[in-house]
Amino acid sequence: MELLLDSLFNGVAIGSVLLVAALGLAIVFGLMGVINLAHGELMMLGAYTTYVTQLIFKLPILKSFYNSYIIVSIFLAFIVSGVVGILLEKTIIRKLYGSPLETLLATWGVSLILQQFVRSVPLAYGTGLVISLIIGLFLPATFPPKIKESINFKYFKFSSWILAALTGVLTGSIISSTVSKLSRASARNVDVTAPSWMRGQVEILGTAFPKTRLMIILITIISVIAITLFLNQSAWGMRIRAVTQNRQMSDCLGISTEKVDIITFGIGSGLAGVAGVAVSLLGSVGPNVGGNYIVGCFMVVVLGGVGNLLGTVLASFGIGIMTDLIGAGRLLSIWPDMPLPLSNTINFFATTSMARVMIFALIVIFLQFKPTGLFPQKGRMVEN
Amino acid sequence: MRISRRILAGLATASLAVTATSCGGGGTSGSFDDTVTVGILHSLSGTMAISESTLVDTEKMAIEEINAAGGVKVDGKSYKIEYIVEDGASDWPTFAEKSKKLIDQDGVPVVFGGWTSASRKAMLPVYESKDAFLYYPIQYEAQECSNNIFYTGATPNQQSEPATDFMYKRSPAAGGDFFLVGSDYVFPRTSNTITKAQVKQLGGKVVGEDYLPLGNTEVAPIISKIKKALPEGGIIINTLNGDQNVAFFKQIQDAGITPSSGYYVMNYSIAEEEISTIGPEFLEGHYGAWNYMMSIDTPASKKFAKSFKKRWGADRVVADPQESAYNMVYLWKQAVEDAGTFDDNAVRKALVGQKFDAPQGPVEVMPNHHLSQTVRIGEINAEGGFTILEETGVVLPQAWNQKHPSSKGFACDWTDPSKGEKYKL
Repeated sequence: MELLLDSLFNGVAIGSVLLVAALGLAIVFGLMGVINLAHGELMMLGAYTTYVTQLIFKLPILKSFYNSYIIVSIFLAFIVSGVVGILLEKTIIRKLYGSPLETLLATWGVSLILQQFVRSVPLAYGTGLVISLIIGLFLPATFPPKIKESINFKYFKFSSWILAALTGVLTGSIISSTVSKLSRASARNVDVTAPSWMRGQVEILGTAFPKTRLMIILITIISVIAITLFLNQSAWGMRIRAVTQNRQMSDCLGISTEKVDIITFGIGSGLAGVAGVAVSLLGSVGPNVGGNYIVGCFMVVVLGGVGNLLGTVLASFGIGIMTDLIGAGRLLSIWPDMPLPLSNTINFFATTSMARVMIFALIVIFLQFKPTGLFPQKGRMVEN
Repeated sequence: MRISRRILAGLATASLAVTATSCGGGGTSGSFDDTVTVGILHSLSGTMAISESTLVDTEKMAIEEINAAGGVKVDGKSYKIEYIVEDGASDWPTFAEKSKKLIDQDGVPVVFGGWTSASRKAMLPVYESKDAFLYYPIQYEAQECSNNIFYTGATPNQQSEPATDFMYKRSPAAGGDFFLVGSDYVFPRTSNTITKAQVKQLGGKVVGEDYLPLGNTEVAPIISKIKKALPEGGIIINTLNGDQNVAFFKQIQDAGITPSSGYYVMNYSIAEEEISTIGPEFLEGHYGAWNYMMSIDTPASKKFAKSFKKRWGADRVVADPQESAYNMVYLWKQAVEDAGTFDDNAVRKALVGQKFDAPQGPVEVMPNHHLSQTVRIGEINAEGGFTILEETGVVLPQAWNQKHPSSKGFACDWTDPSKGEKYKL
């Protein structure tokens, strides 16, 4: 019982990291058909947001709220990565819809740019830049309709960008003068330390579980529920599904596909940011942190069936449980006196690298029989 | 490159003006008869840049110190050392390519460079085919002995073997079982083969080993294996590299694998620099083994740390790889002065037997192109340094490990033409 519980928990823990990382990609790649190789870097921005939030919450004014910084950073990471994603969509990806190869190359280029950006720009000014992006993109939307419709709206828009730039420079310099760790650019990996209430273990049914893992599982569950509700219950969710299923028809019926694209991409990117918070609790935060997850993300989405959230969920937990089962050699403890050749084979694959090989092999075999994944769905990709 | 060299030369003069008042500020080579240009080849970009750039800083400092003390004196003439820094970009073929450039185009008499074993393996054929000379400063898995490489880092018998011995005989977990964890590449695998042979000799038991693919930070399966194999605590030998250590220590602490519950981790790749990145709160109470530790309380060690901080900033630390890099520049200078020429072959001959009062204590170049060194075992403390627990005498290097099944009974000696790279003892 204890063994089973332990094994199940480990599988779910590994799976939930995969799932939270792949969720955003399931939307961007699954629903929109955009091969976004910068997905990992959007995660990285989320992880760095956690780090910056942590340092800002160490300032005397916010010190009493320090324990809750991780909750705040989840929302901030969603906004930061979402905004960068929206900018990415508006400037690059929009022009490349329908040409997957060009999208692949362009987003790969963006991923390199983002990596180099965090290496060579002090994080304080990076924060300032993100703040000005947020203001510049969203301030015009809050204007009253009277101004929006006026002929001079572009001047209002322009002045809000100036305001945004000024605010960005100001916050950048305030942060860089108050938090010395953020004032210098560094290629060095940084560390997010979980608040004390999230460290250590909790005992459930006689088995001890690490709290950070439970937190990641919780973040994953909430993200999945939130995104499912959004897609299935909200008006925008319905429009997104409509555009996914038939773009031209939706366009004819008066849905602004352009807006739908921005929102879908923004949400997908924002989820990448949330994933960044989760992975920052596990390891260190560095320019390459996202790159380590990108292959796994695509694997999960493809295995689950492009365009299907349920498939993504099942695929990630499936891979998680398999990783633990093979990598930790669990079968041996369940069935200790199995024949020697079999136990030798299991032992051979019971290392992390060999387990990976095994899982990739299994996925390749699986895709031979079901090339469209667990739950194939008709979508834009299929039509085109 | 040219401009930055000028600036650096300027900096060198500036620091020189601080230490020795005799030099005028304007002319860079006023008191020298000539200059000699050496090559420095480390990764300044990519994943290894964080570690390797500290070596560049140290080598520059050593060169500046030598210049401030009058440069290299060959044949009655004094040479100012200049350097060309090339970027290996954490990409192993680039290391080979840049080596060719330094040797052929720039004609440097010596290259100081490399960190990972992969980069060294990529460079080795270049230096052997051109009969040039590479100085390599990192503790490594040995099982190699080139006539064209000079190794100033520790071999396994100068690091892991005394460490395993300590863990099995004298650590709080003495007599316990071993679990080996490493990144999946040549150094951890070779090092662990040696450790396994040694543990067997000592009468202990290795109950498990696992390797994490480079870049992977998911250690949950490893943790469950450790808990299964060592339910009551024990000894963990860790050869993980770089950032993977952060994930490992964060997660094992959360899983209750800590010194207070009887698990002690001995680390071969965590020095002062890494402790500050990972955070001492995760590492306190675990161990490390090195030749040099910043906490060594001798004038030479303190002076080394002090001049590094003065040159590069008070928040900087020095660690074992940097000390090796520092030593090799001085050893090269001594050998050149003894040989009376920059010619490779003469310098190579003069190099064997060179002694140097290094920050770690006296070191000497052995006929197998490795250094005799002192080994220290330290416990990581809350301040982010090592509390030195024990210190061996001077340990001779074994290029061919005597515990590894494939190299047992072999040695290397380049001073005797009949022996060479690998001969039977």
